[in-house]
This record gives sequence, C-alpha cells and structure tokens, in this order.
Amino acid sequence: MNRVLPVLTVLAGIVVIWYAAAIWMNSTWVFDQANRAGTPVSWAEVIPQTMTQDRPLLPPPHQVGAELWKGLFGQAITSKRSLVYHGYVTFKGTMMGFGLGILAGVLLAMAIVRFRVMDMSVMPWAIISQTIPIVALAPMIITLSSQMGLSGRDLPKAVIAAYLSFFPVLVSMVKGLRAPDQMQLDLLKTYGASEMATFLKLRLPASMPYFFASLKVAVAASLVGTIVGELPTGAIEGLGARMLIGSQFGEPLIMWAALFAAAILAGLLILVVGFVERLARKRMGVPA
Amino acid sequence: MTALWLAIGFWLAAWGVNVWLSGSRFGRTGPGRALVPILFGVTVLVLWEGLVRGLGIAGVILPAPSVIAARIAGSLPTLWQDFVQTILKGAIPGFLIGSGAAFLTAIAIDRSPFLQRGLLPIGNFVAALPIVGLAPILVMWFGFDWQSKAAVVVVMVFFPMLVNIVAGLQACDRMQRDLMSTWGASYLQSLVKLRLPAAMPFIFNGLKIASTLALIGAIVAEFFGSPIYGMGFRISTEVGRLGLDMVWATIAVAALAGSVFYGLITLIERWVTFWHPSQRH
Repeated sequence: MNRVLPVLTVLAGIVVIWYAAAIWMNSTWVFDQANRAGTPVSWAEVIPQTMTQDRPLLPPPHQVGAELWKGLFGQAITSKRSLVYHGYVTFKGTMMGFGLGILAGVLLAMAIVRFRVMDMSVMPWAIISQTIPIVALAPMIITLSSQMGLSGRDLPKAVIAAYLSFFPVLVSMVKGLRAPDQMQLDLLKTYGASEMATFLKLRLPASMPYFFASLKVAVAASLVGTIVGELPTGAIEGLGARMLIGSQFGEPLIMWAALFAAAILAGLLILVVGFVERLARKRMGVPA
Repeated sequence: MTALWLAIGFWLAAWGVNVWLSGSRFGRTGPGRALVPILFGVTVLVLWEGLVRGLGIAGVILPAPSVIAARIAGSLPTLWQDFVQTILKGAIPGFLIGSGAAFLTAIAIDRSPFLQRGLLPIGNFVAALPIVGLAPILVMWFGFDWQSKAAVVVVMVFFPMLVNIVAGLQACDRMQRDLMSTWGASYLQSLVKLRLPAAMPFIFNGLKIASTLALIGAIVAEFFGSPIYGMGFRISTEVGRLGLDMVWATIAVAALAGSVFYGLITLIERWVTFWHPSQRH
C-alpha cells in the first residue's frame, strides 16, 4: 500500500492534467465552428464537445481507451485492424533483434575480455557506435537489404533493433566477465585449470548477474529499434506502421491507440524479463 | 581484384601492428592507447574501399568511402544547412529545455518523498517506452519546422533525465546529511553545497543518455514532415532516389555531431566531477 498509493496519486494527476489539456486544445476547434456558424457558445457547451470529436487535437483518455479496447478486443486477432496482430509483428521483430543483440554483445564481450588488442581497438568504436543516431541508418539498411534480394522487412528491422540492444549487453558482460578477482583466478591456476575451464567455471557464472541486469535495458532498446525500423520506411505491419498510418491519414485516435499498445507491449516485455532475472538470481543463490 | 588484395594485405599488416602495439609498453602510454583504435578505424575504411572496388559493388548498394568523402567535400553548404536545422535548431534547444525541465521538476518534488515514490516508478517505465512514437503527434501540433523537432526531443529527454536527477539527489548518505544539519545548514545550503555536487555523476550519466536520444528524436521527427532541408529529410528523400553517397555523407555528419556532442559532455563531466573515483587516473 505504501508503494501503490503514491503511484496511483501521480497517475490520477496525469489523467486530470490530460483532461484539462484536452479541453483546452480541442476547444479551439469548437470555437472555430461556432464562429463560423455565428452562434456564440459558453464553456458549459464547449466542454462536452471537446470530449467526443472524431479527429481531436489531443484525444481525452476515455477516447484513447475506447479505441485501444476496440483495437485489442474488438476484432479477430488476425484482422489487419487488430492491434494484437500489429503488436505481434512488432513483438516478433523485437525478439529477433533482442536475440541477435544478445548474441553479438556476448560474443564481442568474450573476445574483448580474452584479447587485449580487441579491447583496445573495438571497445572505443562500440561506444562511438552508440552516439551515431541509428535512425539515420534505418532507411538505408532497408534499401540495402532489398537490393541484395532479401524480401520482407524482418531482417532489416531485427538488425536495427540489434544495433540498439547489443550495447548494454556488451558493457555489462565485459564488466561481468572481469568480475572474478585475482585470488579466484589464482586459485584456478593452482588447480591447473585450462583457459576454457576458467572461462566456463569461473568467468561465465560470475558474469550472470550482470548479464541479466542488462537484459531489461536491452529489451526496451530493442523495442524502440523495431518501432523505429517500422516508422519511416513504408512498412504496413507493426505498431510503428500503425502510427505512421494514423499520421498520414490524420487519424489521431489510431496514432494514440498504437502508442499505448506499444507502451503495453513494453511493459509486458520488461515484466517478463524482470521475472526471468529474478528466477535466475534465485537459482544462483543471489539474495533478491 | 588488386584493390581487394591490397586492402586485405593492409588489414593483416594493421592487425599485426595492433597486436604488437597492445602488448608493447608503448601501448600503455597515452598516444599508444589512441593509436590502436584509430588504426582499427582506418583498417575498416580501407577494407570497405577495397571490397567495393575489388568486387565492383554498385554505388546504389554501397558507395566507397572515397566517393562519400568526395560527396561531403562537394556539398558542404547543403550539409551545413541540414546540420543547422536538425542539430542546432532541433536537437540542442530540445535537449536544453528537456533536461532543464527535468532538473526543475526534480528539485520541485525533492521535498516530497510521497511524490518521488509516485513519480520514480512511472518515470522509469516511461523512460523505457518507445517515445519516438510521439513524433507524428508532435509534428501535427507544432508544425513542420524545427519547433516540433525540439518538442520531440524535449519529451524524449525528460524522463531519463528526471529519473537520473532524482536518483542523484538521493545519492549522498545519511552521515553527510547529518553533518550538514549539525552545522545548521539550511535546506538550500545543503542542496547546493552537498546534494547537487553529489548528484553530478548521475546527472552526467543522464545527460550522456539524453545526448544520443536528442539526435534520434530530432532526426526521426523529420521523417514525419519537415521543411525541404534537415538531416532526416535529406536521408529519407535521397534514399528514395538512390543517392546513397549523399545518405552516407549525412550519416557521417550525424555520427560526427553525435560523437562531438557526447565528447563535449564527457569533457564537462571530467571538469565538474573531478573528485569522483571514476575520473581519477
């Protein structure tokens, strides 16, 4: 209760501000209409009209909620208008990018920890790679892959998502693989352990808490990457494409519903990853 | 084919030099540390050039670095105009407003643990959301010019900054706060002299995250409508007409701008938080 109450209060505050903003922003349209008709309107008449416009500047929460409900449960999940369907497309892209990002991050981290030359030459570029706005590359990656004869946009989307999600994994894994201290390394040396054995029995287990801690950041980054991959590129499926369609056809409700669907997807992904993390920590005997 | 073999030869030679450098004593000095990654970067460029020339890859798939460099040199005014529009007018004002607003909000809720407990989980959650999705909505509200780009950046930057600043303000421990109160320090004094300096490493961490987000936001927002210049506009139109050398030139500018932006923040961080263990060498 001690934790839920403040969150609920802040949420309630947000909803109140949202309604106030919706009345304020949508009222311009109502006043315009009234002016054109030549009939003055009072605020008591304006407020109800700001709540039910078809194309509001800022849709009030209940309209977004209704549209979201319609998109999620209002139709068969195979329909092109179903947000479940588009969410699944985005989810698939996110997972592919996430997997690719984990693989790239872990492999690079292993190489960086093992070879000093990799550490010195690749690590600075890995950091620089994250200061490059990937979105600049997104349209590029998609044309490139279509010219190389790869049809479909699953792979380019996954590449963009992986580009954003490999970095947190890389940084945490490098830290984690270096976590064992000199004493522990020396002990394994006295046992005559091979490099492989040291890696498998000491470094890898020691890095696991770091690995799982990085996954939450990585999955969120991967979702952002997937949505960006769907946005500017004329995709027709996925939540990003839904937002684009809403923007092009001037349907703010579609845009907002897609945005909230993306938020729900992000929340679910973070919950699942957090659950896996807790499971792994418990399994490894780390106090939660 | 000679170009390809030359490039591969260069690659092997540079690899050898780097292995030797990283093991040698010179590799532990300052210039040695800088030389290894530079050599690596140059090798990637040479290999790229060699691959494109040796295998005869068409310019519409992957232009060679020399072609891109020529394009950069040939269209400096356009690139500069795009840079001003996207970075100087879109990203930087948005970045400043967004982090400024986050800072003020953090200070405003600093005295209310109740609000902090409510805002932190929400802020953390929102920071993980794909906020770029707001870009089309904000473009609709603020029009096609740089104002809408700055607005996207403000929203993207705000929550990660807020979370970091609030966490930073809680960073100093009980003992230090008690010491301040035994000296009879007022709330303001203890904020300015103890808690803000202690929060600086967190704030700079947030600023670094925000700097990359700012560029992403400013460029993505241009995909949804912009005047006929700007980096996002340039990329999306040039991709459409297969002017890939221009796309790569813009990407190079974006990469340079992003790295310089990040580097500047790191420099200021080194200057402000000189006392922090991570800055001592």
